[in-house]
Amino acid sequence: MCYTLTNDLEKLGLLARAIRQSVVRSLAEAGSGHLGGSLGSADIFTTLYFSVIRHTPDEPLWPGRDRFILSIGHIAPVLYATLAEAGYFRKEELLSLRKLGSRLQGHPGRDHQLPGLELSAGSLGQGLSVSVGMALALKMDRLDNRVYCLCGDGELQEGSVWEAAMSAAHHKLNNLTVIIDRNSLQIDGSTEKVMALEPLKKKWEAFGWQALECDGHDFRSLLPAFNKARMELLHPSVIIAKTVMGKGIASIEGDYRWHGKAPTKEQAVAFLRELEGGIQNIEH
Amino acid sequence: MLTHFINRGNKSTKLGFGEGLLEAAILNERVVAIGADITASVGVDLFASRFPERFISLGIAEQNCVGVAAGLALSGKIPVFATYGVFSALRTTDQIRVSLCYNRLHAVIGGAHAGVSVGPDGATHQALEDIAVMRVMPNMTVLSPCDATQARLATMAAIQQCRGPVYIRFGREAMPDFTSVEMGFQIGLAQLVHEGSDIAIIATGHMIWEALQAAYELEKEGIHARVLNIHTIKPLDETAVVIAAKECGVLVTAEEHQVAGGLGSAVSEVISKQYPVPIEFIGMNDRFGESGTPHELMQKFGLTSGDIIKGCRKALGKKK
Repeated sequence: MCYTLTNDLEKLGLLARAIRQSVVRSLAEAGSGHLGGSLGSADIFTTLYFSVIRHTPDEPLWPGRDRFILSIGHIAPVLYATLAEAGYFRKEELLSLRKLGSRLQGHPGRDHQLPGLELSAGSLGQGLSVSVGMALALKMDRLDNRVYCLCGDGELQEGSVWEAAMSAAHHKLNNLTVIIDRNSLQIDGSTEKVMALEPLKKKWEAFGWQALECDGHDFRSLLPAFNKARMELLHPSVIIAKTVMGKGIASIEGDYRWHGKAPTKEQAVAFLRELEGGIQNIEH
Repeated sequence: MLTHFINRGNKSTKLGFGEGLLEAAILNERVVAIGADITASVGVDLFASRFPERFISLGIAEQNCVGVAAGLALSGKIPVFATYGVFSALRTTDQIRVSLCYNRLHAVIGGAHAGVSVGPDGATHQALEDIAVMRVMPNMTVLSPCDATQARLATMAAIQQCRGPVYIRFGREAMPDFTSVEMGFQIGLAQLVHEGSDIAIIATGHMIWEALQAAYELEKEGIHARVLNIHTIKPLDETAVVIAAKECGVLVTAEEHQVAGGLGSAVSEVISKQYPVPIEFIGMNDRFGESGTPHELMQKFGLTSGDIIKGCRKALGKKK
């Protein structure tokens, strides 16, 4: 049976908070990993797994499921936290992140048999191509499953992304939606300083995509974007979701130095307390 | 001696690949093919005209082609993607490593224009490093058929029997077609194509024909050379290689590829550990090819039957 999806904003806010808390706990326990992007995309993950994609946690390989491809494997902690929150496996397992023998690899690895994981990924610029292949296969088989792919903004500097973008439009893959976690930061600093991406929306439009922009922390902005993508008949859609790296922890928000860092156990205690204090996601 | 092989006529291994793809596609509707612009040049046009709805044109964008192949494989298709080996195996190495091999996906990557026998196109288009790079990839199977007939069988086996990623290399030039369907094709099982126990020539691809001519010549002098057709570089038939080392006591490898990382390396890795014997290498020695006719280039780079004979004499001199 398909997982029951919700549009209840309060419920989504609580889920996003729980996912953020899981991310902080698992990274503190791991002692390494990518906190900034994992927190920053938590609302996108919440929207996807609890409002948008059809899936069945008790039957991870259900053929009728929509496919979710995480192209930026380094934010695996938020994917794992979301899958656990949805019931694919027990939340206690999140504490095994990055440890020897764990199903929760530093970057997603299917060899380790984690339920709900569609693709081993971590080398940037590949997930969109794989998503195009899935969307093509679904079209060939006349199936209406949809494919969702989350890309980072810095990742768009990889040329292969644009090869994939070209091919998705050429083959009219309206069953494909790409979400860009547009936090405008990468390891060396601002994306616009490292290698400018703007005008980003125009780039995607020029490549033949329906390009949508939304606030990546506001479910009232995210949900209509996904709806609009679903209604599109001729073009693949890209949702450029504006986000803040580290969202939810005021002291690290927008700080690129938290891209690839994990909190210490002491920091984690403070971060968890801060997250417990408020659900800022629905207060926009 | 088993059979004295004769050339039934020259035919490119590329054509054999195209025929094998078409035949496998007729038998299995899950087979789809990806085109990167040069479909006729790599033998995929046969499939594309017969099954246009299963042919996906992706243009000159090889990295995307491999990723798309991964997505197709994850969705129940058996994707076949072929272009020149310098592009399909080398430009896309990271995509092959992560999207295909790490994910253990059954996709067939065809590498055309293997070796210097490509001819006048020159160095940029002559794949001489593809075996080396493909065989170090975990989960990858690497095939290197010796003629058009075998290329057809190898392609069908890659599509029908494999469960993970497969790289299959083939050439451009029409070369002797001499093996038979009756010889069969089993992935990972070397073929003994000429018996002998004075020396063993372990070869792959187009070099099998050259190795056979060398063996026939040496036979006239009373030197009985064993010739092993290593159509599967990985998994390598270690048993056949070690038995050859034990029974013949000296080896010559022959390939249209860099010796470093290629068949020469693969054979050395096995015998140095299991049964060290003297060995000579026929192949490209750390250099690029160039323009010329296929025949001229094979001569210039020491890849003819005559060069194999020279290698055999040198090796025999070291035999204990």
